[in-house]
Formats: sequence, structure tokens, C-alpha cells
Amino acid sequence: MSADTAVAPVVEMTGITIRFPGVLALDAVDFSLRPGEVHSLMGENGAGKSTLIKALTGVYPVDAGEIVVGGQPRSFSSTADAQEAGISTVYQEVNLCANLSVGENVMLGHEPRRGSGIDWKAAHREAARHLQSLGLAIDTRSMLSSHSIAIQQLVAIGRAMVLDAKVLILDEPTSSLDRGEVEQLFSVIRDLRTRGVAILFVSHFLDQVYEISDRITVLRNGQLVGEYAVHELPRGELVTKMIGRELDELAALASVADRAIDRTGTPVLRATGVGRRGALEPADIDVFDGEVVGIAGLLGSGRTELVRLLYGADRAETGQIEVHGRSAKHSSPRQAIENRIAFSSEDRRAEGIVADLTVAENIVLGIQARRGALRKIGRAESDAVVQEYMTALGVRPADPSMLAGNLSGGNQQKVLLARWLATAPELIVLDEPTRGIDVGAKADIQRKVAELSANGLSVIFISSELEEVLRLAQRVVVMRDRRKIGELDSSGVTIEHLIDYIANEGQESVA
Amino acid sequence: MKAIVKHRLFWPSVALLTLIAINTIARPQFILITVRNGELYGALIDILRNSAPLMLVALGMTIVIATRGIDLSVGAIMAVSGAVALTIIDGSAEPGSLGTVLIALVVALVVALVLGVWNGFLVAVVGIQPIIATLVLMLAGRGVALLITEGFITTVNSTPYEFIATGYLVGLPFALLISIAAIAVVALIERRTALGVLTEAVGINPEASRLAGVRARGIVFSAYVASGLLAGIAGIIYSSNIRAADANAAGLFIELYAILAVVLGGTSLMGGKFTIAGTVIGVLTIQTLEATILFLGVPSAQSPVFFALVVIVVVLVQSPRLHSWARTAMKTARTRGASDTGPRAKVAS
Repeated sequence: MSADTAVAPVVEMTGITIRFPGVLALDAVDFSLRPGEVHSLMGENGAGKSTLIKALTGVYPVDAGEIVVGGQPRSFSSTADAQEAGISTVYQEVNLCANLSVGENVMLGHEPRRGSGIDWKAAHREAARHLQSLGLAIDTRSMLSSHSIAIQQLVAIGRAMVLDAKVLILDEPTSSLDRGEVEQLFSVIRDLRTRGVAILFVSHFLDQVYEISDRITVLRNGQLVGEYAVHELPRGELVTKMIGRELDELAALASVADRAIDRTGTPVLRATGVGRRGALEPADIDVFDGEVVGIAGLLGSGRTELVRLLYGADRAETGQIEVHGRSAKHSSPRQAIENRIAFSSEDRRAEGIVADLTVAENIVLGIQARRGALRKIGRAESDAVVQEYMTALGVRPADPSMLAGNLSGGNQQKVLLARWLATAPELIVLDEPTRGIDVGAKADIQRKVAELSANGLSVIFISSELEEVLRLAQRVVVMRDRRKIGELDSSGVTIEHLIDYIANEGQESVA
Repeated sequence: MKAIVKHRLFWPSVALLTLIAINTIARPQFILITVRNGELYGALIDILRNSAPLMLVALGMTIVIATRGIDLSVGAIMAVSGAVALTIIDGSAEPGSLGTVLIALVVALVVALVLGVWNGFLVAVVGIQPIIATLVLMLAGRGVALLITEGFITTVNSTPYEFIATGYLVGLPFALLISIAAIAVVALIERRTALGVLTEAVGINPEASRLAGVRARGIVFSAYVASGLLAGIAGIIYSSNIRAADANAAGLFIELYAILAVVLGGTSLMGGKFTIAGTVIGVLTIQTLEATILFLGVPSAQSPVFFALVVIVVVLVQSPRLHSWARTAMKTARTRGASDTGPRAKVAS
């Protein structure tokens, strides 16, 4: 199964260094990829996986280091450049044209010509042939958007085949696929491997990594930890290598979850049967004073949908919400904010940070919005609030006049947390607050959440990293397929147990 | 020095000052301001006075553009407000009385406000794309103005009304005073309250602002209302200047000049950060350019092309990409030419 080490690598990256404002995203990382192998890139969020991929595909210029593709030193200035050299990428969010047909998408830019026009018949025939070779028999004239994400991903791979890709990068391809679809994808990957395509695979599912990979490269905090043949690296060791020092730093936090919560009184928030067609089946949730309720589940399991309904970011079609026992109607974020609920979205850039405003303006935005446009927060008050929260959360660099868009992800997250904490909420909903941020910032944020909840703030905490959920939450709501499948008391629950619960039907409880 | 060059108003100011310098070199009396009977006269004063309608419209446009919108209907609103005011004055028994003129002004401005509310309703409440929503009124507005004037060009003879555009107060043209007052009021409202920063937040990232609890809808709505009202005042100044309500010519293409002024001033059409001072400079640049065309005696058949050429130059001078190209070109030229200055020689300072 494992790749022949005698074969010359098709991609060889040496000493790759990339700097972002305030962060060393990649620090002299080496990486190589051989034809006919599946090579997994592993690391926690923010370890530098995406950055390395973007360096290879020409999205980011490298500050130092060399990229050799097919024996020639290259520096790609765009993804088109990289594609030209045979490097194709399939992202988790498929980047094809949803409003074109499957065939058009596969052949885009490479349509067979007849005279001055395009021979559409031949184009669709060709597209069908490529898809067939991937075991995909669908009508090439159907709209891409009419197919599931899984099919769209296979179409994207089909397109890569048209471009004669020698290197195929699959960035989190399986995060929104069900098991059958993953199997289908894997058989396509295996087939491509035997045809000599080098495949770079990124996934946070360990099972899948071990099922499909030949080699594993581990990154941590922008640095190369090492490259290993898959059979030489037991799972436990892999996890240790990925997590590294974070384990020690965060071990101290483990105790905070073991805190008795008084659940006899009225909950801060109680939702019964909130749901919305196509987004979430009716679900119940309640949160008590000082409690951290975790929501665990895969991407697309409905966890974001649930909290968006609670906050009024989307309108619930069914169900009731009570805040401190009083019935509340959250049909817009403002109503939730009036009830002292705060919500930090998982999509920091699109739904959180106002990139062209300064850090200070971003922090006071929450207070200012609450007060309305006419009562401007005074300079002195603003400075005091900004100073207080920047210090408390350790925003780096500590420059309030810097544009928020120039901060690193972790610091942007801190700014968002500051914005909400400054409004003195009673319940704060954090959707993936630690995604894609460095370990230090991650630890800071977790520490702050633990500290605030110990002081009586209620928290709903969503994270793909189950360690984090178990570390912080007293109770974990488990979701799957846009449905709440159950609730666990986190004490004594292991990650394995939780994974099992998410994956299997959750027969212990009937939600 | 570097801080000055980096300032967002640096290049717009350079463009304006260059235009003024060219005019002064061509005909030195351009720069002269004379005092007659305690009143100021001169080419520069004329530019300031004549720029009033465009200034008002551009101020409103700045706020609308900051919300990621656009208001194409400002010219039509000008036509309507002028038509309303003059029709009332024309129909009254005493067109020359101050009372009549005040009633006419109030009604005209209320109508302009209502038209702004209509735009705001379409954009902020119904959710129609701004360019389409305001296009409706841009096309229909002149028809409404024609209905009001019954298809005629209404002319009046009313001393108080003419005073608005041509009169002098405390030594300055009254239109210029209106202009200054409008700039001050808009700047105060935007910067002394939080409206400005919230408008920018909505323009930069509408969804993040909504989730942060900003009343995005109200802010966008108010921008169109402000734009409508300012266009209404502009329409009154315009009609006062020609003593007539010309439904077809009033404010023709002014929306485009206003957009140009906003962009010349350094506010991005993508919305977000806006600068009132920049827009003021942009308006004065356009008005100076128009004066230049008259002043240099460019034949009227060639003036649009001349205007366009100068605009292209001004826009290119401000282009950040061009600046970076220029920097790289200079850098290579220097390293090639004189190695004795050392590789550390700073270029952009």
C-alpha cells in the first residue's frame, strides 16, 4: 500500500516560511509529496495546514523557502499558475459554478471546439467520460447545484482530471459527507492513487486519515513536527504530536468543568421545540446560571443552526424561548441582545469582525449598537472599556487604533469576545471561537470562558474539537443530521465515548 | 512627510491645488478675490457659490455610498423640489412675499423628504438593490416634475426666492453659506453622534453589524432620507439661480457628478469608510474643472472630452496601484542607476 520511496517526489517544499502581521504562520517547514501516495497533513486548527496548502497553490507568496514541482523550482503567483503546473485543489466548500451544468463545470476552459464555437455534444461526452472514470454516472446536463455536496466534490475532482492534475489537494473533503459518500470518495482516491496521482489529504477525522493515508506529516504551531509512514505512527502518538504543549497548558483547565451547577431554579434560557424547516428539527435546550453547555456534533449537524435560532439571527418557525422564565420572542438579534444574550458567529470574517474599523471601534460596536446611533459613547469611556478588555484578553498587538482586519485570527476572536463581554451579557453563545487560531490564543480564550462562567456567566460553547467541549462544558448537547440526538453530563465522559455517541444513533436517549 | 503623503486626503488635495495652480498660471486674476460693497467677488468665489447644488447632492451621496448603496434619483428629486417650489410661488397672489417663499420652501423640502423616504423604504425595508430602487425615481421623478409644472418651464419673479442663489449675506454668497452649513451639519451629525461609525460598520460588513445589534435597516433608511432632503435643497438653489423650474434640465446628470465627487474625494464605492472632507474637495475639484473649461475657452464641442481627460488623469494620480508601480519603477531605476546611494535609500518619503 505505501508509496515507493524510491520514486522522486513530484512536489518538494523546503524551508517554507510565511509571515502574517503579528504571526509566523509557517516557520521553515519542509514537505514532500510523491506520485501514487496519499499523504495526510495533520495538525490542530491554526497549525498551518491551510497556509502550507495555500503556499503550494499560489494563494500566498512565500517569504522564504523553495517549492520544486516536477523537478523545477517554481513560484506560483496564482491558483491558475498552480493548476497549469498540474496542482488542483478541491475544497470543503466546492468552488465551482453552481449555476452551470455539471458538464460545463468539468470542462470549463477546456471545451472541445468546432470551428469558432464550442462542440457542446463532445464536451458533455468528454465530461461524462471523466466522471465515469470516477464511478460517477450522472446527467452532465443537470445543474451542479441540484446535486449533493458529495457529488459536487466528485465533479470537482473530475474537473481536476480534465486539467490533468498530477497533484490533487483535498482540503477537508469529508467534513460534510455521510459514511456512504465518504466510501465513494475514498474509492475514487484509491483509484487515482494507482494511476500515479499524488494526493494531499487534510481531514480532522482520525479514522479516515488512518484508513486512506500512506504517509502523515504533522504540523504544530506553524512548525514541522515530523513526517511518518502511517504504520509507524500509532494514533495516540499522532494526537500527542499534534497537541504538544497545549496538553500541559490546558490540563489545568480540566477541573473547571467539574463544577456543580444548581439546576433547581429558573434557567437563564430555556428553549422548547425551536426549529426551522430545512435547518433544524425542533430541539430543546436550557442553560442555567454559570453553566457552560457544550454543543457537539459534526459540521452541518445543526449546531450553528440551533444557536442562530436562539439568538434571532435566523427566525425560528416553531418552538418557544423563555429568558429567566419569561416568554421571549427572538426574531432579530436586537431582541436577543435586549435579553442580554450575546452571540459570536463561527464565521469570524464574514459575520464578526468589521475589518476596516479599528480594534477599538470593533470592541465598542456592541455597546454603541445597544445605545443607538444618537448617544455616542464618549472618548474617555471608550478608551477605558477598550483598555480593560484588551488587557484582560491579551489582544496582540496592544494597539487599539490598528485595523481589526490586520489582526491574526486568534486576536480577532479576542476582539469579538471583548465586544460582547463589554455589553455585560448574561448568556454568551460562542460558535467555534477557537477555530483556526494559534494555541496560545486558544488557551487564553478557554481560560477566559472558564473564569467567566465560574463567576456566573452562562455560556453555550460550540467546537469541532471535542477535547475543548469536554474540558469546558458541564453538559454536552449532541447533534447529528440537523437534529438534537441527546444530552450528556460531561463528567466522566471520554472523548471516545462522545465520538461514539455522535457517530452512532444515540440510542441511550430519545430526544 | 510620509504621514502627509499617506493621508487619505493627500492626493485629492494635490489634484485640486494643481487645477487651481494651472488656472492661476494661465490667467493670474483667477486667484484674485475683490471686495465690492463689503461683498466678495472673484473666480474662486464663483466656484464656491456655483458648487452649492453639487455639494449638497454629493454630501448625501457620500452617506448613501458609505452604506454600500447609491442614489441615482438625486437629479430627479432636484427637479421635483424646484417644480413644487416654483409652482406654489407662481400660483400665489404675492410671489414676492417672504411668507409665500417660506411656504414654498417648506412644501418643496417635505416633498423631497418623502421621496427620500420612498427610496429608503425600497432599499432598507423591501430590500431592492439600491441602483434599481433609485433608478425607479430617477426615471419617474422628472415625469412627476413635468406633471407639477404641467409640461411648462415655470418662471417666476420673486426677489426673496432669487436671493437664495444670488444673494449675499455677511459678505458671502448665500448659496455658499447654505453649502457650508450643510457640510457642518452633516459632519456634526455623522461624527459627533455614532451615526458615522455605525454607517461605516454597516457598509463594511452588514451581516456582522446586524449580529452585533446595529439597527442596520434604520441606518440605511436614514441615509436615503438625508440624500433626498439634501437633493431637495439643491433643487431649490438650482431653480432659484435660473428663476425657473425646468423639469428636464434641473439636476441633469448631477447623480453622476456627485458619484464622481465622492470617489475623487477618496470614499470607496464599495462602501464603508467615508470622508466628508474628501467629498468637499472632490466637489470643488469638479467645479474648478468646469470653471477651467470656461476660463481657458475650451470650445463647447470639446469640453466634455476635455473634462473626461482631466478626470482620468486625476483618478490615475490617486490610484494606489499606480503609486506602487511608480515606487517599484523608481526603486529599480535607482538601484540600477546609482549604486553608491546604497541599497537602503528610502524611496517613498
